[in-house]
Amino acid sequence: MSNAKTSWLGGVWRNNAALVQLLGLCPLLAVTTTVVNGFTLGLATTAVLMATNTTISLLRNSVAPAVRIPMFVLIIASLVTCIDLLTNALFFDLHEILGLFIPLIITNCAILAQAETVASRSPVGPSLASGFATGVGFFAVLVALGALRELFGSGTLFAGFSMLFGERAQMISIDFPFDGMLVAVLPPGAFFGLAALLALRNLIIERGRRRQFAQQESLRRDRAS
Amino acid sequence: MDATETKPFRTLFFVAVVAVGAAGIVTASHEFSKDRIAANQRARLLASLHSVLDLPVGEVDLNPIPLQIGDSDLLGSGGAVDAFVINRDGHPLAAIIASVAPDGYNASIQLLVGIDENDAISGVRVLSHRETPGLGDAIDIDKSNWIEQFDGKTLDSPPLEMWAVDKDEGSFDSITGATVTPRAVVKAVKNTLLYFRDHKQELFSAAEAIERQQSGENE
Repeated sequence: MSNAKTSWLGGVWRNNAALVQLLGLCPLLAVTTTVVNGFTLGLATTAVLMATNTTISLLRNSVAPAVRIPMFVLIIASLVTCIDLLTNALFFDLHEILGLFIPLIITNCAILAQAETVASRSPVGPSLASGFATGVGFFAVLVALGALRELFGSGTLFAGFSMLFGERAQMISIDFPFDGMLVAVLPPGAFFGLAALLALRNLIIERGRRRQFAQQESLRRDRAS
Repeated sequence: MDATETKPFRTLFFVAVVAVGAAGIVTASHEFSKDRIAANQRARLLASLHSVLDLPVGEVDLNPIPLQIGDSDLLGSGGAVDAFVINRDGHPLAAIIASVAPDGYNASIQLLVGIDENDAISGVRVLSHRETPGLGDAIDIDKSNWIEQFDGKTLDSPPLEMWAVDKDEGSFDSITGATVTPRAVVKAVKNTLLYFRDHKQELFSAAEAIERQQSGENE
C-alpha cells in the first residue's frame, strides 16, 4: 500500500519526468501551444508508458542484458507506431496538428528511463503503476503548460476540444477578452512557461521545507526550555 | 547475466521472436486503421477542394479527376504538382492546382488554387506553411480572411502589373508586420494563373481522357 503510494507520489511529484528529471522536453516544449495539444500528447504518452512498461516487465527475465536497450527501443517504437496509426484513424484532425510529435514519443527519454530503471527490474503490477504515475505527471505538466501558453498567447482556454470529442465539446472553450501575447505561443514562451512551472514547484517545496524546519525548531526550543 | 556470453543463439532467437511480435502488432494496427485513414484523407481532400471552389452549399458530388502536372517553374515546387479537374456533365467546371510559393519567409508555402472555367480564381487556401505565428500566418484562413481577396480575380482584373501587394504599388492588401509572406503568395497565385492560361486545354483534355477511360472501365 505504502509502496504504491510512494511510486505514485514519485511519478507525479517527487520525480516528475518533466519538472524534476527534465526528460522529454522536446515534445513538451514544442506541442504545448494549447490545452488540447498537451492533453492529447499527454494521453498518448501515458498510454505508451503503460504499454511499454507492462510489455518490458513481462519480458524482463528473458531479455539478455547485452541486448536490452535495442529490445526496449524496438518495443517502444512498435507500440508508438500502433498508437500513431490509431490516432490517425480515429482522431484525424488532431493527428494533423500533432503530426510528427506522436512518432517522436519514441525518443521521449522518460519512456526509456522508465523501461531501464523500473520495468526491467520489477513485476508487472508495480511497473504498470509506475508507468501510469509517470505518465500522469507528464500529462499534468503538458496540460498546465498548454493552459498557460494558450491563455497568455491566444486569450482562450480549452479551444479545439471538438477535435477530440465532437462538436459538442466546443462548449467548454472559453474566450477571454484579450488577444494574448504572441511570445507565449512562440518557442521562447515555452521556455518561460516551463520556467514558471519549475519555479512554482520549487516554491511549494521550499515552503514545505521551511514549515518543517520551523516545526523542528519549535520542538527543539520546547525541549530546551 | 552470463546468458549472452554462454548462449548467443538463444539471445538471437529471442530478439527475433520479439521483432516478429512487434512487426505483428504494427501490421495488425495498420490493417485496422488503413481504410479509415484513407477515408479520412479522402474526406480531407474533398473538403479542401470544396474550400477553393465556388459551389453551392451541400454540393458534395465533386468527383475530382486527379492529374499530375510535370515540372514547371511557374508552379514553384521544383517537381511534379498535383492538380484536379472538376467535370460536370462532361464539361470542365474548374481546375484546382496544388501550387507552391517557394519563397515563403521560413519555408515554401503549399497552396491550393481553384480556377473556374472563365479563368477566374474561385478560391485560394494555404494547405501548409511555416510562416511566423501571429504575423505571416494571417495567410491561413483560420487566422484571417486575407486569402479571400483573391476570389474572383483574373489576370485582367487586376491587370497583370497590379498583381502585387499594395506595398509594391499592387492591388492586394499586405499583412502588417509581414512583407515576404504576402508577396510570395501573391506571386505564386499569379504564376498559377499564368500557367493555367497556357495549359488550360491541355489540362481539361487530359482530364477528359481519364474520365472517358474510367467510364469505359465501368461499362
